[in-house]
Order: sequence, then structure tokens, then C-alpha cells
Amino acid sequence: MPTTTASPAESTKRSRTLRPSDSVAGLLAKIILLGLVDAFAVYVLIVLFLQEKWIVLVLAAAVTLLINWIYLRRGGLPAKYLAPGIFFLLLFQVFVMIFSGYVAFTNYGDGHNSTKEDAILSIQLAAQQRVPDSPAYRVTIVEQGGELHFLTTDPDGDISIGSTEEPLEEVSNAVTDGTGKATELEDYRTLQFDEILANQSEILALTVPFSEDPDDGTLRTSDGSTAYVFSPTLVYDDASDTFTDTETGTVYSDSGEGTFVSADGQQLNTGWKIDVGFANFVKAFSNEDIRGPLLQVTLWTFTFALISVLSTFALGLFLANAFNHPNLRGKKIYRILMILPYAFPAFLAGLVWSGLLNPEFGYVNNTFFGGANIPWLTDPLLAKFSVLLVNLWLGFPYMFLVCTGALQSLPEDVNEAARLDGASPWKLFTSIKLPLLLVSVAPLLIASFAFNFNNFNVIYMLTDGGPRLSDTTVNVGATDILITMVYEVAFGSGVGRDYGLASALSIIIFFIVAVISVISFRQTKSLEEIN
Amino acid sequence: MKVQTTRLLNRRTLATAALSVAMLAVTACGGGSTDTAAGESAAPTDLAEGGSTTLTMWVDAERAPALEQIAADFKEDTGISIDLAVKDFAAVRDDFITQVPTGNGPDLIVGPHDWIGTFVENGVVAPIELGDKAGEFQESAIQAMSYEGSLYGVPYAVENIALLRNTDMVSEASETFDQVIEKGQAAVDAGEAEFPFLVGLDPKQADPYHMYPFQTSMGVPVFAQNEDGSYDPSKLMLGEPNGVEFAKKLVEWGDTGSGVLNSNITGDIAKEKFLAGESPYYLTGPWNVPAAQEAGINLAIDPLPTVGDEPAQPFIGVNGFFISSQSSNALAANEFAVNYLTSEEAQDAMFSVGGRPPALTASFDKAASDPVVAAFGEIGANGVPMPAVPEMQAVWADWGATELALIKGAVKPEEAWPAMVKNIEQKIAAG
Repeated sequence: MPTTTASPAESTKRSRTLRPSDSVAGLLAKIILLGLVDAFAVYVLIVLFLQEKWIVLVLAAAVTLLINWIYLRRGGLPAKYLAPGIFFLLLFQVFVMIFSGYVAFTNYGDGHNSTKEDAILSIQLAAQQRVPDSPAYRVTIVEQGGELHFLTTDPDGDISIGSTEEPLEEVSNAVTDGTGKATELEDYRTLQFDEILANQSEILALTVPFSEDPDDGTLRTSDGSTAYVFSPTLVYDDASDTFTDTETGTVYSDSGEGTFVSADGQQLNTGWKIDVGFANFVKAFSNEDIRGPLLQVTLWTFTFALISVLSTFALGLFLANAFNHPNLRGKKIYRILMILPYAFPAFLAGLVWSGLLNPEFGYVNNTFFGGANIPWLTDPLLAKFSVLLVNLWLGFPYMFLVCTGALQSLPEDVNEAARLDGASPWKLFTSIKLPLLLVSVAPLLIASFAFNFNNFNVIYMLTDGGPRLSDTTVNVGATDILITMVYEVAFGSGVGRDYGLASALSIIIFFIVAVISVISFRQTKSLEEIN
Repeated sequence: MKVQTTRLLNRRTLATAALSVAMLAVTACGGGSTDTAAGESAAPTDLAEGGSTTLTMWVDAERAPALEQIAADFKEDTGISIDLAVKDFAAVRDDFITQVPTGNGPDLIVGPHDWIGTFVENGVVAPIELGDKAGEFQESAIQAMSYEGSLYGVPYAVENIALLRNTDMVSEASETFDQVIEKGQAAVDAGEAEFPFLVGLDPKQADPYHMYPFQTSMGVPVFAQNEDGSYDPSKLMLGEPNGVEFAKKLVEWGDTGSGVLNSNITGDIAKEKFLAGESPYYLTGPWNVPAAQEAGINLAIDPLPTVGDEPAQPFIGVNGFFISSQSSNALAANEFAVNYLTSEEAQDAMFSVGGRPPALTASFDKAASDPVVAAFGEIGANGVPMPAVPEMQAVWADWGATELALIKGAVKPEEAWPAMVKNIEQKIAAG
């Protein structure tokens, strides 16, 4: 705003006169800040290099170069101002949105948590089961020619040696300690504990055949000091990409849905993440669970968001107007008191209010209604009312703040002129103040609508969507809005969490909110034109 | 037992010796030469090279102090420090599932056994082999920590609910729930109490967990159990004929009946009322006992009263330590879990902060000198593990909502209970 008061010529003159002082302190600040940024960037690049994340590495290097170019070149002042903001916008907003967009096209969720390699590894790990009633072997890790061996002592005191290539073989010339455990063997070097730790992945991978017959199982250790005989219940075959049950012979093959499935439909526990295309979106529209109560929930979401905005705005505006009176004393104290609910975390307020509204023991019923048993949160209609009421309590301070600010910036002369023309206070308010106020406040009302459309905290903490609808099989209640329903469908009931479906549903909600916002913003433009 | 300690001792001396050798080596070749005593061996002796200087463990704020001593012992013996990262317990399970595959997860995590099903489904935990040590734990704890034939956690505490009785109001224990109600009502009639019986119910979800002993005493478990005690999620047992009978009982006790069960009484309110001496009975777990003792209530821990002819089995929750499947430090993590966290000192320390009966028999026997712990332990021995199968997640919501509606008298038991069973079966099938 102030730039409009100064003519362009003046402003260039001012900047020119400022330049000398600018160049010393400014240059120093520039060098230090850019140096810090570059130092951090180099650190990040080294870390990325060590982790061999090449794509991110190239991106990070490009961004670093770009930042240096922007700040080291002459001119291009707007870019210097905008660069940090755009950088953080890309990092914390755009990237997050692209990532959830990507998740919507995968089956990411419980049971599809990681890559196929991880899943195979995990299934193999779980399939290693100890041979029933087999003894525990005390084991010393020894090494010969770079190859690791187990030097084992069985409970009877018999000592054997073996490695992954060579099955266990009994030896007689081992050195034993006081407890009879073999600790050393000629021609072999015993590994100390720190060496065991340093080579743990090789030691954990050691599978020493118990005998020539592979069905007898293999010895493995998980702590470097005790080994047990394990035999896998499932064996993975690399070539055919299948698991075979060693007992029944059932073959589990890749189903194409991120799981290993047998011919008769049995599924192995652990699956992996795959791309599923538009399957989640198809599910969002075809799933009975979602479609059933969808209309009711959508209607209530709109009602909730609209009434929340209007009620908080009405109350906030009324109070702002009242406390804006020039002759009121202690204005500041009142204003601070008004803003208090705004300082309260919404999820906490939800919990506190659900206690206050307890029908039998709640403060509200006991104090204001003489102990009447009013089911504030468990009657479908009253629950809706309670949610709106609590949201009003939570939301009006924001509107109060915004309206106070807007009212104070209204030009006083217009008011005065209207008053001289004999306008009543009500007329003054509706014809002068409100239209002027709406110009600046209307965009905030739209933002508030978008916020309340997705006001998860209040619903989740106060009623958890309840009371549950009786005419549907889904766990959806009378106060559920779209976002809490999404949470319920994707995370709440059903077997496990489904991030893919949740992302797809969120994207759909995003489009609903975006369309409404765009239309509303168009409308507010006409407001500005009136003035 | 004796063998065990000597073995441990030996190993510690060995480890300390190894460490001092390593220290010497490090100080000796300060010049930076990597050529150490290993000679031609391919084995690198640099500790850091194996990534084994620290183990990270996710714990909650309450349990972290109890683990400090055992972590210090481990550091002294092996040179590996344990980083006890305090995490918000409400989100830690999901964080673990999402973090482990990225390689940023911890090596170990503390949690209840019913996480195992989801952990295994997501491939984030590794099986643990306790060997002979398994026999030193209570059988129910080991059973709860087992999933599909493998053990996944080192248990440290077993917890379950029991019936707390205020002995000033009711002097003798009862066997059946009818007797409990009768005696409770007598106390109310005598003007000593306000509520015949208290249990914390969630006003949105009711509480199938606390109602479960009554349900099992009528012969209606959630899932069928296999011979080894594991659950068979394909056999939902809620639909047993007696399920409807249980549903009728809920109506009988609920708002439209005797009002013994009151959905307006949340967990907090139930606790407050019992502490204020307003009821002779309180169905709850060991976590509320210290508060009751501090409030000066003369407590007796009674076995769970039965409703039907069968024993009233509560769910037991077993807390334990799990190892990440992607730990880059698996050997050290196993060493710590199998040989340190199973020790009596560790289990005693965990008992001292949580007050939950220890899972290690030796520690439990010590703790059981307190009659409260002994009583809870006895009831727990009769309990069944909370199902860890992922299918269980599909059960809670419908189960709770239906029980709530029954307690409120809003639905007919003959219709609501079978509808619930059908619903749950559908959800499991859709899985």
C-alpha cells in the first residue's frame, strides 16, 4: 500500500541513495546466509551420496545451484524475495500433495507396506521355525580363511564344527571353558564379541546344515552365542517367484495384487505395495459401505460447514461491533477473554465438552437443566446441535478477531456522513458497515467454510461421528462429516488401514472443496465491484 | 538356573575382555592404520563398520526410566549404547509400521502383544527365539506373544481385569454376577453406596473388553481357538446360540432394565465414584489399584463373577519388546532382548514402574508377595490372550456399537446380535 503514495521516480531515488550503506552490511549478510545455506546443502548432498539416492541428489544439487544463481546475480529482485517462500512451498505443500496423489494410485496400507523384496525377506524370516524339541546349541563363531564357521557344543557336551557349505561335523580337539563350551579350535580363529557385531549380517545369514539331509534343518543363531535347529515352513524359489510349503507342497505365487496366493485362494501374511491405477477411485464410488450413507453424510457436511461459518460469523461480528463502541471501558480485558477459546486446542476442547455434555454427570445438565437427563451427544438430532454449538464456541473468537480488525479499518467519515443523513444504527450497520466489511472478510469466510468442511477434530473428539446410524451396516453416525467417514472407512473398521483408499477419497473431497471455493471467490469479486 | 547365571557371567567377562582388547587396539593404532590383529582375515574389527554402536528403542515416557539401568549394564558389557527414544504411545504403532521399511525405524519397540498380527502383516517384526528361557516365563505370556508358530516378542508384563471390592461395604467375595448385583444393591439400599456396581463404559463405543468375562462365562468367545491356543479368525464364535442370551442380559442390566450398566459412566467417572466410596464393586484392571489404595479404600481383588456356567475368562494383554525386521543391528538387538530384557533385574524394574504383574515367573513370584498382584495373576492365568489377528480390528467397532445399543435398550437382542455377527463376518470376508 505505501508504495502507491510514493511516485516511481521517488522510490528509485530512495533506493539509489540507500545503496552505499546496503552494500557493506548487506553484502556481509548475503555472504553469511548463502554460506550457511551452501554448507547445509553440501552436507545434505554428502548424505544423499552415501545413501546412493541419485535422483534426489541431482535435484538437490540443481536447487542449490539455482539458489546461488538467484542471489549472486545482479538484478532479479523479485526472485530474491520469492525464492525462499517458493522453496518451502514446494517442499512442504506441493511435494506432500504429489505424494498423497501418488499414494492414491497404490494399494499402500496394512499388508501392503513396503517393497516386494522386503515382503519376501519377511516371509522367509517368519517361515524359519525351530524344529520341535530340538536342543539349544552353545556356539562360538570361528573363522578360517575368511569363512565363518559355527563351533557348537550340544547339551551333552559333544562339539562339532560347520559352515554354510559344510554340514556339522564332530571334532575332538577343541579347547573348552569351565562350563564345557568349546571356545577354540586349532587352525581356526575365534571371533571376539566386537568382531561378531561388526560382521553381524554375515553371521545372521549363516545357515549350517545339521546333516547331509537338508530335511533335518539348519543351525542358525540370532545372538551369536546360541544356535537352534530351524527348518523353514516355506521355501522361496527365485526362478519361478513362488513360495512352496515344505509340509503340504502348496505353491503360493504372485497374485498381481501385491500378495502371494495359493491356487485355492490362501494368502500369505505379508504383502507388498504395488501400483493399482484407478482402482481406489473405482472403489470409492462402487463400495457399498461408502455409497450407502454417502448422500446423508454429504448433506450434513454442507449443513455443518455452512451453519458453522454463519453462526460463528454472526456471533463474532455482533461481539466485535459491541466491543468496538468507543465509550466502553475495559475493552482490552473483554477482548482477551473473548479470544480464549481460540487458544484452546480443538481436540482438547472436544474431549472437555464431551464430558460437560454427559447426560447424567455432565456440568451442563446438572447446572443449567436441574439434573435433567438430556442426551446431548447420543440423540441424532441433539448431537448435531451439540456439535454445532461446540464448534460455535471454538470458532467465534476467530471471527471476532477478524471482524474487530476489519471494523477498525473502516473509514470513520462514511459512518459520520450516514449519521448526519439521519440513518438509524441498524440501517448504518446493514447498509454501510456490513457491505464494506464483507469486501475484506468474504474471502476469509470461504476459507473458514473449507476448514469446517474438513473439521475432523471437533467431530472425532466430541461424538466420534455417533450416534451410529441404525439403517446401515457401516460404522457411520449421524454427526459424521465426509472426512470422518473417510477415516472410518479407510482406517476405522474393516481389517486394517488402507492409505491408498484414504488418499483417493481425500482427493475427491479436495475437488469438492476446490470447486466450491472457486465459485465463491468469483462471487466475492462482484462484491468488490459494488464498492 | 545356576547354569544360566554362570553362562551369562562368562559371556560378560568374555565381552568385557573383548572390549578392552578392542580399546587397546584403538589406542595403539591411533595413527589411523586399519591393519589390526585380524591380519589377513576379511573380518573388519572396526565397531562402527558394522553399524553397531547404538541400538534405538521406542518406549513411552512411563517405561523409559525402568530401562535405563539395564541399558547401562548392556553398554558396560558390550559397548553398545541403547538410545531410549520416548514416543507418543498413541501413534507409536503406526509410526513403527511406516518407518521400518524406510530404514529409519528403531531396532526395538515396546508394546502390547495384539500389535503382532498387524506387524507381521506389514513385515516389520522379526521372530525371536528364546530357547530354554521361554520356560522361565508364564505360559500365557509366551502363548500371547506367539503368532503362527513363531515367537515375536519378549514379554514383560501380563495384565487383565478383575473385580475390585470395597470390603467396608461387602465383606465376602461372590461367585456369580447375580450375587454381586444383589450384594451391591443391598449396600445401596442400606444407604452406604450409590451404585451397586461400577464399570467404565465409553458413551460412544461401550466396552466389549470389560464385558468379555461375562460373555465367555456364557460360552461365547470371539474366535475359535486352535489346539495350541492360537485364534482361528475364520471361525467367528460370537454367533453361538448363547450370544443372543448374552445380548438379552445386557438389556436386562441396561438403561431399560436394572441400570447396573450405565453407558453414561465413562472410565473416569467410574474411577472417581469408586474412589469416593460410592460403590462396593468396580470392574477394572491393576492400573486403577494404586489410586484406590491411595484413596484409602479397603480393597479386595475378587475373581471375575460368572453369568453362565462356564468360567469367566478375561482378555489378557501381554506387554513386551519387539525387534524390527529391518534392524541393521539385529544381532545386538537380539542379544539385548534375549539375554538382558529377560533378566530378573529388567523384569523387576519394569514391574516397579508399571505395577503390572511381571511375565517372568521368578519376578512374578517376588511381586506376588503383594496380594493384589497375586490375585490379578491368578485371574490372568485363567484368561485368554486378546486376539492379535488383524481380523480382530474388524470386530471392535460393531461389537461395541451393538453392546451400547443393547445397554441403552434401543434395539432388540434377537435382531441386533445376529445382525452384528453377520456384519462382522462380511467385513472380515471383505478384508
